[in-house]
Amino acid sequence: MELIVQGIIKAFELIISFDPEVLGITWLSLKISGTATLFSLFIGISIGTAVALTNFYGKRLVISLINTGMGLPPVVVGLFVTILIWRNGPLGFLEILYTPSAMIIAQAIIATPIVMGISLASIQNLPPNLRLQILSLGASRLQMVWVLIKEARLPLLAAVMAGFGGVISEVGASIMVGGNIKGYSRVLTTATVMETGKGNFDIAIALGIILLLLAFLVNLILTQIQQRQHPR
Amino acid sequence: MNSKNLIEIENIILQRGGATVLDIPEFQVPRGRILALIGPNGAGKSTLLLMMAGLLKPQQGKIYFQGQPVKSRADLANLRRNAAVVFQEPLLLNNSVYENVALGLKFRRLKNDEIRKSVQSALDYFGISQLAKRSAKTLSGGEAKRVSLARAFAIKPQIILLDEAFNSLDPPSRETIIDDLKQILEETKITAVLALHDREETLRLAQDVSVMNSGRIVQSGKTAEIFNQPDSEFVANFVGTESILEGTVNSCAAGHMVISINGKVIEAVGDCSIGQKVYCCLRPENVTVSNYTQGKISARNIFEAKVSKIVRQGFFYKLTLDCGFPLVAYITIPSYEDLGIAKGGTVIASFKATAVHVIRRGK
Repeated sequence: MELIVQGIIKAFELIISFDPEVLGITWLSLKISGTATLFSLFIGISIGTAVALTNFYGKRLVISLINTGMGLPPVVVGLFVTILIWRNGPLGFLEILYTPSAMIIAQAIIATPIVMGISLASIQNLPPNLRLQILSLGASRLQMVWVLIKEARLPLLAAVMAGFGGVISEVGASIMVGGNIKGYSRVLTTATVMETGKGNFDIAIALGIILLLLAFLVNLILTQIQQRQHPR
Repeated sequence: MNSKNLIEIENIILQRGGATVLDIPEFQVPRGRILALIGPNGAGKSTLLLMMAGLLKPQQGKIYFQGQPVKSRADLANLRRNAAVVFQEPLLLNNSVYENVALGLKFRRLKNDEIRKSVQSALDYFGISQLAKRSAKTLSGGEAKRVSLARAFAIKPQIILLDEAFNSLDPPSRETIIDDLKQILEETKITAVLALHDREETLRLAQDVSVMNSGRIVQSGKTAEIFNQPDSEFVANFVGTESILEGTVNSCAAGHMVISINGKVIEAVGDCSIGQKVYCCLRPENVTVSNYTQGKISARNIFEAKVSKIVRQGFFYKLTLDCGFPLVAYITIPSYEDLGIAKGGTVIASFKATAVHVIRRGK
């Protein structure tokens, strides 16, 4: 119990004193996970919407695959991304192993199916006649898709939250492809793992609290946006 | 192709899962008129509407819009831009009322001030300009319906297609929306096709009626004609048995109306402005047949009538009478025998003013 209290005290010390190392780690976490989420939004929303709006043979199988992908284990993603970008791997020439870029790629792979699955479901949940209504008002196909995505913006914000939440808290892939290099690829989760391993529980707790706070703040902002649009 | 018709359909067949959804050898929508498609659920009314809106392609057959066959993607886009559909659900976007009504105009990339003008006049038409800034999700059912109608009229379509548009509304807002819609259609002269299944709505709104059953059009004609002369048992059952008389209100005072029908005058109860065109609906069981020519009777409407048709229906006779206007009466077998009714014979037909159900209609 004392350990936790000490940890919390330490955490506030670190936060209030603007410890440069902790600040750097926090900023890097935000940057990597934010960029990865952004990529996953582009890919996830466009493919999710396309799958929701077209009918093709094997559509149910594709939807099952996407839904399975929502639970993709980060270590498996880390493993495959590592193999791909390993010095002798097919993408080894990029020389990005143990860099933040590799972490962004791995995290984007983790977040994309989550965003895709939620976008797909939210577009499918729109009233079936809405598409026809929009077309009958003279929309082109592109205009129709854009209106539908805008109409599904509230559940799509949930996709942003789920995607970001999934990658900011992820550790397996980040440590595998990022390497937890101090001042370069060390993020909140990997640092927490390391400090816990070293027995520095107070710092580990402090990092954990910062991680929670960060996740909370981002979700608070997104929820504010989402609920503001919902008068009822 | 007849230029009087805005849309013509030829030999359309649509099948879904082996079942025939539509099978229409020919069908026309005359320009500038209000046509009702009536029929039971699943008759194909909505499917036909979607097809006329260019939102559904037939597997076989042709659609002509303004005399031109709809073939290419460009034809289809042209039809879509000139037709506006109003669905049963309002299908409003989660946005302000203004943005919703402006939607179709924005798709057309019109200038902002042009959009503002068109939206304003569409909102005014439906009496909802005060709602412009409201969020569409906070509207009542009646208001939402008005917004979806305004959105359809804002694009100034050649034809407006309404799919069971009044179904989910409470009776008072349904009444006022129907009145407003009728007035707007008459003013703008926009061609309209309405899928309906309520008799009274059909009588109030439609100039022409086509009755549909299991994907086919079973009878088409002027509204009164369909109601008075159904040519099959199906249509007869669907439109009901009332005599529908077209008339004009001559005078109206203290809830007592005098309505002229085909040169004859009948009395009815209700409130209407003078000169208003109406349908007078009369149930056959409310018509009394007698041979009295003397004495007093409480019924305000008494006519000498010729028996033009006698049909036995189970335990009663259905008489079609000609009083200068057609009238249907049911009488029991004993009454029939006592009165000695024969085809071509003359009887006295009477009905009470309170038995006449008056429905206002368009011009």
